[in-house]
Amino acid sequence: MQISSMHFKARATQKLADPDLREALNGLKQRFVPGRAAVIAELDNFEEIREAAAEIRRRTLEHLDFFLETFERKATERGAVVHWAQTWQEANDIVLKIARDNGVRKAVKSKSMVSEECALNDALEGAGIEVVETDLGEYILQLGREPPSHIIAPVIHKTRDQVSDLFAEKHATPRKTDIGELTREARERLRPHFLQADMGITGANFVVAETGSTLIVTNEGNGRMATTLPRVHVAITGIEKVVPTLEDLATLLRLLPRSATGQSISNYVSVTTGTRGDDEIDGPQAFHIILLDAGRSRILASEFRDILRCIRCGACMNHCPVYQSVGGHAYGWVYPGPMGSVLTPNYIGLENALDLPHAATLCNQCGVVCPVKIPLPELLRKLREKQYERGLRPKRERAALRCWSFLAAHPRLYGWVTGAAARVLSWMGGDRKRIASLPFGRGWTEGRDLPAPEGETFRALYARRGAR
Amino acid sequence: MRVGLFVTCLVDLMRPRIGFAALSLLERAGCEVQVPGTQTCCGQPGYNSGDRAGARKLAEKLIAEFEPCDYVVVPSGSCAGMIRAHYPELFSGDPPWLARVERLAAKTYELTDFLVRIAKLDSVPGEYHGTVTYHDACSGLRELGVKAQPRAMLAKVKGLRITEMTEAQACCGFGGTFAVKFGDVSTRIVDVKCDGIAAVKADAVVLGDLGCMLNIEGRLRRRGDERTQVLHVAEVLAGAGRGSS
Repeated sequence: MQISSMHFKARATQKLADPDLREALNGLKQRFVPGRAAVIAELDNFEEIREAAAEIRRRTLEHLDFFLETFERKATERGAVVHWAQTWQEANDIVLKIARDNGVRKAVKSKSMVSEECALNDALEGAGIEVVETDLGEYILQLGREPPSHIIAPVIHKTRDQVSDLFAEKHATPRKTDIGELTREARERLRPHFLQADMGITGANFVVAETGSTLIVTNEGNGRMATTLPRVHVAITGIEKVVPTLEDLATLLRLLPRSATGQSISNYVSVTTGTRGDDEIDGPQAFHIILLDAGRSRILASEFRDILRCIRCGACMNHCPVYQSVGGHAYGWVYPGPMGSVLTPNYIGLENALDLPHAATLCNQCGVVCPVKIPLPELLRKLREKQYERGLRPKRERAALRCWSFLAAHPRLYGWVTGAAARVLSWMGGDRKRIASLPFGRGWTEGRDLPAPEGETFRALYARRGAR
Repeated sequence: MRVGLFVTCLVDLMRPRIGFAALSLLERAGCEVQVPGTQTCCGQPGYNSGDRAGARKLAEKLIAEFEPCDYVVVPSGSCAGMIRAHYPELFSGDPPWLARVERLAAKTYELTDFLVRIAKLDSVPGEYHGTVTYHDACSGLRELGVKAQPRAMLAKVKGLRITEMTEAQACCGFGGTFAVKFGDVSTRIVDVKCDGIAAVKADAVVLGDLGCMLNIEGRLRRRGDERTQVLHVAEVLAGAGRGSS
């Protein structure tokens, strides 16, 4: 996927002007925020489960090498082939090699954000292999040649009307507006692809060390078809997704769908272990699991390790006032919202995503809803510190900060300057006691007035009171 | 008990009357209030912008100024949260300072939190004949658990009725320098807040943080709402607000 994280500010401005996006994002908020709240309320020990889940993720990351090797051994015992990819390019090359070795001409895909990181579809198409996205949202995006804007609801930025237009155009069928009919039309288009495909490509929400299984959480059933119908199944995921045991998995699954879509459990939870056995009628003949690093081991060794606990539920973005305002495309790469603003600079480089750590009010709504207790605002703040240390912030901003800390460290000078500022700003406020335009604060005054100060500082008034 | 009042830089500059309202409430609660004359800023602007060294310098200054007090009270959840929740992180890895920081953090309170839990103030002089809605500022709510306290105090104000808006706990979009860096995003966020306020038709929105106050008031007025008052909880409790009618 093309990286345009450098342009968050400009893209955000553009997105704010899109009334369809506003309607779509409002729908997301109305659905996911109360939905999550309702199913969380069903649990009488949510905080305990949350702590347990965070602890499972912490412990796993602490011994990541051990659990990954255990997973590799167990998966291999069951007939799967485990591949290690250090980079996105390596992951794509592995998939292409598997495709070549197996004479694959068509692949069906279940939703995978890791494959978006790798731009796997482009690689497959470049090699002449037809690839079809089968998650309804991803299918719509593939038709419209757009990237996802949300990690679990990829097409959330589109309204129903836009989808109606797209289907009518691309399917060359009469325009339909009923969601049921639109879905049926997509199913009819997808069904032959499932039956013809030589390869099924999925992600994995988790991989289980104890059993060598991969797991996907889905709602549409397409994932289950992609893992069982084609003769080759390729599961691609990040190395951080391993969990030690099925029991640990059960704990995490109590939180993932609840935090994501507000479901106590998703329609499908598919655990895939090994290839088709001699006495079995379903399942692939070959099962390849690609475990991708692409920056994860570097993050593991850094002060940003906590972000690797992420289980990709999307709750942080659903609850983020910034995401709710601008949507996912403004963030410019695969992962949007608070988790994305931490991951993106870590994956693609701090200097390639300068705005993202600052594109947050630090309201901590994300930290409060995160099912594995990732301190997202703290990590964003750390990224800001890194930018400051490396001199990546604008000169004017640095000068202003230095000026402020110098001033605030010298109380007499501070008193004089703030006293003067209070008088000047109060005078500027005039009779209406507010300032409509500030030359050095246009970011503020373009959308808001600045209420004017009263005219004297507290310090001055208090000192006078004491003297009396 | 000796209570140090940290008025905060924004109250000092923009709304001294809120500082005096806080002072009078603390005195009414029987506290011996000290206002260190050299106080300036808690260091949060630098801390949130990545300037750790600058933030640390100001934090050291504040700690030295307020250490002798039994309690530190702040009419802002954001600045109180900076001291309580973030100073320990700022000084982590520096044991001699950390011990001092933790002592100070443990005795630092947001104003209404202090009035309810420590001072147990049972009556207030403020009167407000009208309906108010309360905006929960982010740091106070999510870092310090300030939610019931301001409402409990407001319930003691003669004539005042509280009506809850939807999403009272949602961010107003201020976020410090965020409001200037991403002015248009910030404006969209505060618009949602203003819609919520307008929907309950309250006479005033009451809150406990200057940042939110300037942001919400500034946007309401720009939208042409000249009617809804924007008041700090201290001025309503102390009866110092324009709103006491």
